[in-house]
Amino acid sequence: MSKKPRLSPKQRARRRFLASLGLAAGVTGASLLGFVPVAAKKLHDRLRPPGALLEEEFLAACIKCGQCVQVCPVEAIKLADLTDGFGVGVPYIEARDQACDFSCDGLQCVLACPTGALIHEVAFPSQVDMGIAKVVAAGNCLAVQGKGFKGLARGADFKGKLRYAEIDRWHPIPVAEHPYDLELCDLCVRQCPIEIQIVECANEDEKRREELGLVAQRQPGECPPKHAIELRPIESNDGVKRMEPVILEGCVGCGVCEMICPVEPAVIVIDSSESRENSRGMRA
Amino acid sequence: MSGVMDSLRVLFGGEPKRVPKKEMPPEVQELHAHKFRDKERIAAIHAELAHKAQNKIPEKKRRLRWSVLIAVNMLFVVSYYFDIQLLEGALTASRFAGFHMADLNSALQVMLAFKHVVINLLIGTTTIFILWWLLGGRTFCSWVCPYHLVAEWAEMLHLKLRKKGWAMDIQFDRRTRTWLWLLFAVLALATGYTVYETISPTGILSRALIYGPGVALVWVGLILLFEIFFSRRAWCRYACPIGLTYGVVGATSPFTVHYKLTNCYHEGECRKVCLVPHVLDIVKKGRAPAMEIDIGADCTRCLRCVDACPTGALSFKYKGLGGLF
Repeated sequence: MSKKPRLSPKQRARRRFLASLGLAAGVTGASLLGFVPVAAKKLHDRLRPPGALLEEEFLAACIKCGQCVQVCPVEAIKLADLTDGFGVGVPYIEARDQACDFSCDGLQCVLACPTGALIHEVAFPSQVDMGIAKVVAAGNCLAVQGKGFKGLARGADFKGKLRYAEIDRWHPIPVAEHPYDLELCDLCVRQCPIEIQIVECANEDEKRREELGLVAQRQPGECPPKHAIELRPIESNDGVKRMEPVILEGCVGCGVCEMICPVEPAVIVIDSSESRENSRGMRA
Repeated sequence: MSGVMDSLRVLFGGEPKRVPKKEMPPEVQELHAHKFRDKERIAAIHAELAHKAQNKIPEKKRRLRWSVLIAVNMLFVVSYYFDIQLLEGALTASRFAGFHMADLNSALQVMLAFKHVVINLLIGTTTIFILWWLLGGRTFCSWVCPYHLVAEWAEMLHLKLRKKGWAMDIQFDRRTRTWLWLLFAVLALATGYTVYETISPTGILSRALIYGPGVALVWVGLILLFEIFFSRRAWCRYACPIGLTYGVVGATSPFTVHYKLTNCYHEGECRKVCLVPHVLDIVKKGRAPAMEIDIGADCTRCLRCVDACPTGALSFKYKGLGGLF
């Protein structure tokens, strides 16, 4: 440091200008690196919370505060790290670990969102469009093989939770505390929140008709208008009863089927890219 | 009003103006002229400063400020951890007892990128605007921003290393921050991404505290290393657009750090501890153009100068709404 020649004021100003330019370029450059994961379409298969806008709009509208994370009763929502670039701090769901099972009923995350990144027009699960379930390895499916399922769907160490309305409607319990004993595995259909809601709605309506003689007045979307998934029999010559899961129009992509599938890796997974591309987070 | 305009000019990176002696009021000229006559008083001040240097006296206001900063950030953490829903979200946007709040710079990035403003965001932005206008804009920086706290610790280390000659202090042009602010606004508008949020150490730290650490902390670490070895408090001084946003908001705040020329013996202790010493340019000998001056918009009201001043020339003051008009 000691032998440096004295700089003239002009030289010093020039140095400062160049250093400042370097600082500004460095900061801007670092921030623009955030574009890399976006350009690489790395985020396009991220499953976003219910009501999430189109991916590009969603990244723009999200203020990265995590209020959606805080209200979720099953803690399905996580915030992305800096490896997501511009998507840092943006919420996503890892369905296999913990799917959105709509156990909040009222779409709490949507209500919590301060910027409308989760579109406020959705009021009911059936209106949501997070993606569509897809059967990716039908050959591994227990139902297709004609097998039943006995035991814990995801093993004793699995942390994920689900609402089992028949046990406790208001508090989701760990899947690991709920063993099954099924003659033919139908977990994806059995636990589908849309299918459950269709049955609940029908039961409620029936009850009301019987007790009060009233026809239920429902808000649009309050009861899912379409089925989401069903098991269809497959013709087989060996006498074994076989079924295959078929995804229907009413699937909203919540990911419960992916989470509950006892086969490793899951036979059924959510594809969040296609349907969301046209839906703006909400079904027409 | 011209005072406010000038304080904004300095906030944007302009050099503090020097008022020629002749244009100062006569009593100010007189005071400047006679300032150093009281040799006894000055000797006493020097003795006191020497004593202070020997026996580290705790900076009480700094401790208070750190407590508030930690308390605010912990309120987010505790609120989520115990699910008491008192302060939900993170520093970018939150809800206090259900009422929306949105960081002005984060909200601006979202508005520019998304080009659509929902009512909740408008409510949150307005609330925060009023809050920080009242409390003095950059008060956010030194009393709330978690990066400010770690940067202060890094600064302590930086100063120690500087004494040993192991670190340097590159002085950048303060206009860099203004250009970066504009650049990030244009980038948000043009690309449709909240580009600044990607590297905002404020957002990253706030989320890390509440939702758990991640790779993003590496970036914060890099900025801190740069500050420790190359440039004192570089991020807050030369880069952070949040600070500039709040600086503008608080330019007419009723709370200010107040300077009294009568008490000042130009020891320069305040400027040594100040994050933004250009706002204290007027404390240099012969510079103050008036007997009493409110410190400019870039001031974060950290109050370290108030603690550092050996003669009580600086104080935190409620000045009322006069600055507006």
